[in-house]
Amino acid sequence: MSPGATERLSRLLAMVPYLVGRQGIPLAEAASEFGITERQLVKDLELLFVCGTPGHLPDDLIEAEWDDGHVYLGNVDAIARPLRLGVDEALALLVGLRALADVPGLHDRDALDRTLAKLETAAGESAEVATQVSVQVGGPVGPLAQVREALAGGRRLHLTYFVPTRDETTERDVDPMRVLMVDGRWYLEGWCRRAEEVRLFRLDRVEAAVVLEVAAEVPPAATLRDLGEGLFRPSPEDTVVTLELDPAAHWVVDYYPVEQVDRLPGDRLLVRLRVADTRWLRSLALRLGGTARIVDPPALAAEVTDRARTALEAYVRS
Amino acid sequence: MSAQKTERLLNLVICLLSTRAFLAKDQIRRAVPQYAECATDEAFDRMFERDKDELRDMGVPLETGGNDAWFDDEVGYRVDRATYALPEVRFEPDELAVLGLASRVWQQASLAAPASRALLKLKADGIEADGSSLVGIEPRVRTSEPAFEPVYAAVRDRRAIRFPYRTPGTSEPILRHLEPWGIVSRHGRWYVVGHDRDRGATRVFRLSRVAGAVEPIGAAGAVTVPAGVDFREQVAALVPLHPTGEAVLRVRPGACLGLRRRATLTRAAEDGWDELTVPYGDADMLAEEVSGFGPDTVVAGPEDVREAVLRRLRAVLATHARRQEAV
Repeated sequence: MSPGATERLSRLLAMVPYLVGRQGIPLAEAASEFGITERQLVKDLELLFVCGTPGHLPDDLIEAEWDDGHVYLGNVDAIARPLRLGVDEALALLVGLRALADVPGLHDRDALDRTLAKLETAAGESAEVATQVSVQVGGPVGPLAQVREALAGGRRLHLTYFVPTRDETTERDVDPMRVLMVDGRWYLEGWCRRAEEVRLFRLDRVEAAVVLEVAAEVPPAATLRDLGEGLFRPSPEDTVVTLELDPAAHWVVDYYPVEQVDRLPGDRLLVRLRVADTRWLRSLALRLGGTARIVDPPALAAEVTDRARTALEAYVRS
Repeated sequence: MSAQKTERLLNLVICLLSTRAFLAKDQIRRAVPQYAECATDEAFDRMFERDKDELRDMGVPLETGGNDAWFDDEVGYRVDRATYALPEVRFEPDELAVLGLASRVWQQASLAAPASRALLKLKADGIEADGSSLVGIEPRVRTSEPAFEPVYAAVRDRRAIRFPYRTPGTSEPILRHLEPWGIVSRHGRWYVVGHDRDRGATRVFRLSRVAGAVEPIGAAGAVTVPAGVDFREQVAALVPLHPTGEAVLRVRPGACLGLRRRATLTRAAEDGWDELTVPYGDADMLAEEVSGFGPDTVVAGPEDVREAVLRRLRAVLATHARRQEAV
């Protein structure tokens, strides 16, 4: 009936031992650690407060205090140790660790190997299924070694970078912030001194990377992007495009900054997105090979069909 | 409503962990205040049965047994603390930092909640994560394919499934029957490997081509994963990471820089265009990329890449013609 109840219970049973090990932790810190709001945390504490061992007299109940903005728990002996790892929990971490171990050119494998061995012990039987799930992070790494060197040493990088939407190569200095692998591709996220903002660079498009003898200076205001929003950020000057997506093209919704999604009959989606450069969208529409249709603007749809027709004619001739 | 259920389940867990002796159902009914709301014995029995199942599903090791070997007609319940608790494994600060990175692999994916809960459990000792040479390296996986959740659950529960599957070149999806062994993410796409009942052989399926509901067939635990199967190898054979062939592409002067960068050979053709030799692993993926350049490139060969590009370009026209009819 309510999957919410067991999900919440799982959280409470994980939360209690964590809080017991950190008496007096600020509410805000604990909430962010649990990935919930302070309000939700207070609700959880209020719930704990009325539970306890049989008898349920005041002495039997869990003691929880948070009035001064710091959390204290007591009388929780029975659940002071965390519940052993479930299959999903063990698997998520084990598969994650193995993905890390897969990162090309890792020199320091020591901490990783120690962690894997301990986690396998802690997980016990739950570790078994983890061998059935695998995340491979291979793929072209480009100058990953130089980028990691710059990141570890806090140094500036000079990049020769290929921009596919403009089909040109650019030169720029970048202060590295982190290296991400998303959807099988490596990215450098850093402060681009040319654009004066945080930018993502696909490492397989970096033609040359030189670690400079200059310390990186990432402005304090520069923030890492929240990848939940996708890799790309829309801007108000962009062209608004409406696409109709067949099921095979639904992934577009997860990859690009889609503003609105409506369901259509036949499991199709009508999506609206903003694009800075319509050449990029023209190319995407051709790549999608008929699983997507440009509904609006009509001029862009005409460009796409013109290009497809011209391309086909070239094949007939050749 | 839900809060009250959480309270009841939490009290039940605490109650069963606090006892060494097996508790009879009646004792439990009296010990957990929320059971008082059950007006009849039947209502209580039903609720208690459900609660037991839900706790077991969560991984709470609920034991049944009797206290007296001579009178075993009365069943009792308890949770053994040693079996319940996470084994005492102490992680060092740098190991916790590595675990933090491992849990973030799933940050945008369907296992995000179990990953962060697991991390909390492992940090219960009060040690804080600190210092690892790996910090700053963040692999992420996504599970955008709708089929991920049901297929993952089937792999985990070792259960056969059926699903409509779209094969390139055929228009209608075909219902397939699979004993799933493993699930692999490669180049950011998910694949499932298993025994294909229809073909009577080992097969790999792309989750992005699953064209409808994934339904379990048969009981959990019924699938046996053969020893020594390397799922990654299976998928790698289907989607080579390294090039296995070479395509020859004619490209307009100054265009298709992305293709030119990868070319192992560039020759000027008589008509002013360039002829590139480009290594590739997957004909489908190369065709997708080439199609994006439209009339700026023409595939000279091999034939399967050329055919795949033609199919895509024709499909683009067909899809956009559909609109004129519809309007």
